[in-house]
Amino acid sequence: MISLSYRRTGSVKHVDCDILIVGGGFAGCGAAYEAGYWGRDLRIVIAEKANIERSGAVAHGLSAINCYMGMRWNENMPEDFVRYARNDLMGLVREDLLFDIARHVDATVHMFEEWGLPIMYNKETGHYQREGRWQIMIHGESYKPIIAEAAKKSVDEVYNRVMITHLLTDMQNPRRIAGAVGLDVRDGTFYVFRARAVIVCAGGASHIYRPRSVGEGAGRTWYPPWNNGSAYALLMQVGADMIQMENRIVVTRFKDGYGPVGAWFLMLKSVATNAYGEEYEKTHIDDLRAYVGTKYADAKPMPTCLRNHLMLEEIKAGKGPIYIHTERSLDTPEKEELGWEDFLDMTIGQAVLWASQNIDPKTDPSELSMSEPYVMGSHAVCAGAWVSGPEDLAPADYVWGYNRMTTVEGLFGAGDTVGGSPHKFSSGSFTEGRLAAKAAVKYLKDHPDYRPQINTAKIEALREELYRPLENYEVGKHVIVKGSVSPFFITPKQGLQRLEKIMDEYCGGVGSYYTTNEKLLEKGLSLLLMLKEDLRNVGSEDLHQLQRAWELNHRVWVAEAVIRHTLYRKETRWPGYYYRADYPHVDETNWHVFVNSRYNPSTDQWEMSTRHVHHIVP
Amino acid sequence: MPTFVYMTMCDGCGKCVELCPSDIMHIDPVNRRAYNVEPDMCWECYTCVKYCPEHAIDVRGYADFAPLGHGVTVLREPEKGAVSWKIKYRDGRIKEFTFPIRTTKWGSIKSPRDYPAPREDLIHTQLLSHEPEYLKVEKLPTLPLLSKEASRVKN
Repeated sequence: MISLSYRRTGSVKHVDCDILIVGGGFAGCGAAYEAGYWGRDLRIVIAEKANIERSGAVAHGLSAINCYMGMRWNENMPEDFVRYARNDLMGLVREDLLFDIARHVDATVHMFEEWGLPIMYNKETGHYQREGRWQIMIHGESYKPIIAEAAKKSVDEVYNRVMITHLLTDMQNPRRIAGAVGLDVRDGTFYVFRARAVIVCAGGASHIYRPRSVGEGAGRTWYPPWNNGSAYALLMQVGADMIQMENRIVVTRFKDGYGPVGAWFLMLKSVATNAYGEEYEKTHIDDLRAYVGTKYADAKPMPTCLRNHLMLEEIKAGKGPIYIHTERSLDTPEKEELGWEDFLDMTIGQAVLWASQNIDPKTDPSELSMSEPYVMGSHAVCAGAWVSGPEDLAPADYVWGYNRMTTVEGLFGAGDTVGGSPHKFSSGSFTEGRLAAKAAVKYLKDHPDYRPQINTAKIEALREELYRPLENYEVGKHVIVKGSVSPFFITPKQGLQRLEKIMDEYCGGVGSYYTTNEKLLEKGLSLLLMLKEDLRNVGSEDLHQLQRAWELNHRVWVAEAVIRHTLYRKETRWPGYYYRADYPHVDETNWHVFVNSRYNPSTDQWEMSTRHVHHIVP
Repeated sequence: MPTFVYMTMCDGCGKCVELCPSDIMHIDPVNRRAYNVEPDMCWECYTCVKYCPEHAIDVRGYADFAPLGHGVTVLREPEKGAVSWKIKYRDGRIKEFTFPIRTTKWGSIKSPRDYPAPREDLIHTQLLSHEPEYLKVEKLPTLPLLSKEASRVKN
């Protein structure tokens, strides 16, 4: 027997708590605050794989809050927001969840302002400065540290640098949550959390598909490279039902730097043209009506995926580069400053790109491009868990327990984790965290005697599995002279590159203009399942690479769900996000439904079905 | 290579290691200074640059698409509530900006547990903490419940 260094010397830490919050981004911080408020006598902890001061998708800051109703000024009501998000997602959303976020989100934003977040005001109206109908402008460099300060003060303990790798279910009842295990990525400690309720607030996934920049620039994905889909993988592995996993997002952004376009299109009224100066969205509108019907082609605003579609048509016709004409908008020093702050607050890499390529937005247009696909649930996209809705307004078949509880008892979700509720962004994700946490406290008050029971043999098996990549490397490295080529292991990076190649070429990545079909998907799935087997042979030389190994594991699970869902939905619901070449149209008759998947941990089988989409807002 | 660290300025304090969201700032055991161990997992989020007490960390744009000769440098001053940027173009042009970052004192946020405990029955309502007060409208909006009949649809 070879010496298994980590398993022998690595320490184990047991943590008992009432509520475990997995991930300390915006949803996690919202969950922390609300759990602290309602659960005065409860022990509440956060496990965060980075440091909550600067973690999650808002790590570097934001220049706008993209979800604010303005109910106090009669700007929008929650039902307006539901209609907007429903149109944008081509009809398929959980309207109960959207309404629920919209009715609470203003209070969240007012709280942020009181905490010290600088929000801009419109001097004429005295209201918050709007960027667009739903967006307000902020000076948001320190958005995350401010929110993290509130979260830290709300809970009993924050475990920074602890990555949760697996959830645990109860020994007596495998459909009930009992805790989680994870890894301290600094000292290698194995963590066992025994929790009476768990709220998963982890992130969606970048690097499922091959990024457009494959060198150093692979780090400059639109969605952060550290978001690895734990939001979904953790839940799927314990048998939670998932919806909309086929609903990945492709974003139109400033080329390569992925600077956001919202402020430019909505506030500064910049226009996009092809290389020859034509406003291509206008010239193609009749073709679009013929393709998807007037219901969606003429929706105001035009659904995000359809705007992508029009741009893609233009690129395929060889009329690139596509330009955004910033130079026509920046006619005052105030607007110039606003344009720069937009990027310096939230996408500094775009400012670096401008400086390096000598592009001055005041005099030069910038190129736009379409990104690789991402899997997440809080932007113009809504992959995620099937959760119970708010009791006062959700349809009967959408309610089985507590608000934001998944189909595993005591397991709640918020933010990217929750399916069917897009356009939450930062404020809405925080709000959803609050909703989930209040419901979790209620669940615990209703079940005061529940004590989770964890199978110790199962814990030991997970511990072995968790550290296996270190052992694979320890053993394998002695067989070869040096280097990264081994017949016994692949590095996490090698595994990631294989995953990205499979997804790009078989499941509608940029390499095929987002197009796939049943045969391609089946072939892709067979290759992905071999990669899944090879995860047993990932070799990690240190703890950093061990974290990467588990991020890869979660990404592969997410990719499998994406392929299975894409196979099941026999239509092209979101042209511009992806195309099923064998079913190229929107099929309202058969597919105005959610696709639902459940991985069954006891049989190792996936069960696919559909769920009804209720329209509760006229 | 996204972020990099100047050898003569870094004192190996590890602040960047503590904060990097991508876990790519590590201390080199030989030089005892920080460096970026995985540049292609760097988002250029500037967290390490902003928090480095020695101002030892800088960014060189991604080699895939950023020509050399540029600079985007930052000074974040939490106690002043401001962040300042200096942008240097490849052709030498300079732009400078300063923006506010916070309107209140750091550490001034009140813990939710320092508010009076909510009434027992409020847990059964749809109201969140500080509601309806913080909504700044009279009451929390709702919708008429969809009839049981209508919502019992077979899938």
